[in-house]
Amino acid sequence: MNANRLADLGPPLLFGIVVLALWEAISRIAGVPAIILPAPSAIGLRIVTSVPTLAADFVQTMRGMVSGYLIGNAAGLIVAILIDRSPFLQRGLLPLGNLVSALPIIGVAPIMVMWFGFDWQSKAAVVVIMTFFPMLVNAAVGLSGAGAMERDLMKTYGASYEQTLSKLRLPAALPFVFNALKINTTLAMIGAIVAEFFGTPIVGMGFRISTEVGHLSIDMVWATIAVAAVTGSAFYALIALIERRATFWHASYRAR
Amino acid sequence: MKSVLPLSTVLAALFVLWYGFAVWMNSPLQRDLFANAGNTAYSSSDLAVAALNMERPKLPAPHQVAGELYHLIIATAPDSKRSLVYHASITLQETLIGFFFGSLFGIGLAVAIVFVRPLERSLMPWIVASQTVPIIALAPMIVVILNQFDIGGMTPKAVIAAYLSFFPITVGMVKGLRSPDPLQLDLMRTYSATSSQMLFKLRTPSSLPFFFASMKIGAAAALVGAVIAEVTKSEDGGLGARLLAGSYYGQTVQIWAALFTAAALSGALVGAIGLVGRLTLRKMAFPT
Repeated sequence: MNANRLADLGPPLLFGIVVLALWEAISRIAGVPAIILPAPSAIGLRIVTSVPTLAADFVQTMRGMVSGYLIGNAAGLIVAILIDRSPFLQRGLLPLGNLVSALPIIGVAPIMVMWFGFDWQSKAAVVVIMTFFPMLVNAAVGLSGAGAMERDLMKTYGASYEQTLSKLRLPAALPFVFNALKINTTLAMIGAIVAEFFGTPIVGMGFRISTEVGHLSIDMVWATIAVAAVTGSAFYALIALIERRATFWHASYRAR
Repeated sequence: MKSVLPLSTVLAALFVLWYGFAVWMNSPLQRDLFANAGNTAYSSSDLAVAALNMERPKLPAPHQVAGELYHLIIATAPDSKRSLVYHASITLQETLIGFFFGSLFGIGLAVAIVFVRPLERSLMPWIVASQTVPIIALAPMIVVILNQFDIGGMTPKAVIAAYLSFFPITVGMVKGLRSPDPLQLDLMRTYSATSSQMLFKLRTPSSLPFFFASMKIGAAAALVGAVIAEVTKSEDGGLGARLLAGSYYGQTVQIWAALFTAAALSGALVGAIGLVGRLTLRKMAFPT
């Protein structure tokens, strides 16, 4: 199993190394100016030399992102459970949720900055709004996903609403909930970083990107992007790992 | 049709809530304004009415946003720089150009992945990983890089729109092109169909539900990309530029109007694709 996992990593890893090597080679041989596209080695050097700045930016952005992610997802899940008992509310809220999920919600960023100030609270608010609706819609679909047979079985056991919810329907909704959690990792990163374009105290990854572009220190921009990329992937991987642990019974994992 | 009543109830509730919040959030400011003007003898209904009609409210009331929308869309000439029609058409053009090239690239990549097995194992993890990367953070970079080559105007924004829209399309189309039953694939093989025949006669038709689903996501993503790109390079106008200008000058009503226009644009795009999708799928006897 473990050897297999490692073998799976081989081709993509090789591909990544080849791309990086090509990038390095082209920028050296063709002499691409660093202002347009710095070589990977230059970006790496920049990362090593500006660890304190990158770390401060990281902490600042994470504050807004993680708190927003937690609040938004929790709120979405709770509202989904609350409206679950009322088909009326469901029919009213879910089409709206689907619609809102397709809207450029990121546009509320300037409004949130105006309401909650320049610090991380406004970023958290943007992330809350962005993550709420995907979670609401997914969790609502998941909660209605338990089969009729299982529900009937619970009924014959004389299970109360709460028991059915906690023993059958919430576990059955988990794959959908995790789907939303995974979608939301990306949305939360985007929300937290873009909200910083509209105003921050002078720290944060989005702030760094927008100001360093202005100063034309492109290697610093790429260094920040690299940090953001690693963070986003790690965040996604973490959720995927928890998902594997929590929904080990689901068909998509059993099959392997 | 049975969801009309619940939907309108929820919308009406939201409307009432919005007015409530507007009064609640704007009253402190309005109270200060009254105090500064030396006006102390006002009733709470005076305060509420004034709070709903402020010049720069914290949260504009719905009728203010509607008024601004009417003013900027219908009452202003469409070619004026203040008109939202002017800015929306810029955003729409960038979105459509970006979306077109993004979907071509996305579909091409999906076909390549489905046909060349090794490509999948080496490319797919990167495509999935790159979805977790905030591509939007790259937007200011792309604008600068293209500027070095004297490529300005709409192109950088369309590039960003394309960049954002191709990922969901690739992922969806790979799934779609793989969706035919193994039995059907075997049948095609017994007919000794070539792989291009297999692509056009079996894989493409059966990928259509996935095609339309990913087109909807891709179009919405392209619009987000265009708006964000306009924020980072706002001289040429567009809805993103209006958002930025509004936030600079504290013109909240203007921000909300731009936001609603963007939402309407996105809704119209997604709705149009959904409609074409439903009609096509019904004609092809897919269960919809």
